[in-house]
Amino acid sequence: MPDPIHQFEIKRIVPLDLFGLDATFTNSALFMLLAVVLIAGFLIFSMQGRSLVPTRLQSLAEMLYEFVANMVRDTMGGHSHDDGHGHSHEHGYMKFFPLVFTIFIFILTLNMLGMIPGFFTSTSHLAVTAGLALLVFVTVLIVGFAKNGLGFLNLFVPSGVPIYVLPLVVAIEIISFLSRPISHSVRLFANMLAGHITLKVFAGFIIMLLGAGGAYGVLSILPLSMATALTALEFLVAFLQAYVFAMLTCMYLNDALHPGH
Amino acid sequence: MAQPHNAQQHNTETGVPHDAGHKGAFPPLDPNNFAPQLIWLAITFALLYWLLSKIALPRIGEVIEERRDRIQRDLDAAEALKSETERAIRDYEQSLADARTKAGGIARETREKLAQQTDNKRRDSEAQVAAKIAEAEGRIADMKANALASVSDIASETASAIVAKLIGDNVSAAEAKKHL
Repeated sequence: MPDPIHQFEIKRIVPLDLFGLDATFTNSALFMLLAVVLIAGFLIFSMQGRSLVPTRLQSLAEMLYEFVANMVRDTMGGHSHDDGHGHSHEHGYMKFFPLVFTIFIFILTLNMLGMIPGFFTSTSHLAVTAGLALLVFVTVLIVGFAKNGLGFLNLFVPSGVPIYVLPLVVAIEIISFLSRPISHSVRLFANMLAGHITLKVFAGFIIMLLGAGGAYGVLSILPLSMATALTALEFLVAFLQAYVFAMLTCMYLNDALHPGH
Repeated sequence: MAQPHNAQQHNTETGVPHDAGHKGAFPPLDPNNFAPQLIWLAITFALLYWLLSKIALPRIGEVIEERRDRIQRDLDAAEALKSETERAIRDYEQSLADARTKAGGIARETREKLAQQTDNKRRDSEAQVAAKIAEAEGRIADMKANALASVSDIASETASAIVAKLIGDNVSAAEAKKHL
């Protein structure tokens, strides 16, 4: 049976050393670089015409733009009127749009590249997802304290909680805040990892049953149909996890901008 | 990614999963793989962020904004044209109504003038007719008076003639008249 873990192997292509750190160019780096080239190439090339009536590629790029812009607006734009913020704050959250867009399109492309047989899935490695989650976490901390000062700590003190349970609630809030980068990164990592292992295992069953020959060969139709259905599901998961990651990024950034519950 | 590049990978590739677990660790969780991936993640993500935020996204936003502006401009122009059309229609209807009232006035004036003329003519001819009637009536009255006057003469003459025939005596008309 083929080893389902083999596909996650890191291959060291160009050994590099950066100030004593191991900065080897690996297959993971190759696919991240490929994603950057594809995304930037597509977004810049498709908008070459800048036409008023968009071409197919241009409208795809615009759809992606509007999709993420709406996500950012819907998650972060809702507070502008109810907590007494001034008019100038209303569109302040849009300066995080490039970050959210980059995160979304980067993860989506890495996930989708991973769906091509033989390609490496960079998002199936905890280092990559954790790096992205930590980037969001640190951004939230910096923006939160820069914008609200110590008022950012209000995030841990929900209003309307009786004083005798407040210490407990604050402790829970702090723990849940600190565990955000873990759940944020593990969710994406585990989904990609599990999906790819499952696909590989079912594909392995097909080969095993075919190899057994005779009546077993006929039975291989079962794992084949399973693998086909799972492939469709994995495409959905690849999109959904990119969406969920970007959506959570928006929500965490929203906490940084509006720490009051 | 089929062929192995060095001995370490060869081990993990050929070994069964649990064997690989304690040998080179599970690759996605192997700490040896963290540094190169994180460094290249930082490099690629920074590059992508820079490319998108500086070039790609502003360009897309610009095009969308431009289209929105253009549509808004077109809508505004259409709105302006529509109100202009409405004003023109209102003006047209106003002048139509003016013309109608003016035409009505002229018609009424003409009608009144004509009616007056007809009245005058009628009055004239009535007067003429009345004069003629009066004249005719005068003549009839004269003729009646004349006729009545001659009736007694005829009667007396007739009476004298009758008497002469009856009694053979000549009675003058004057005498007959006296007896009548």
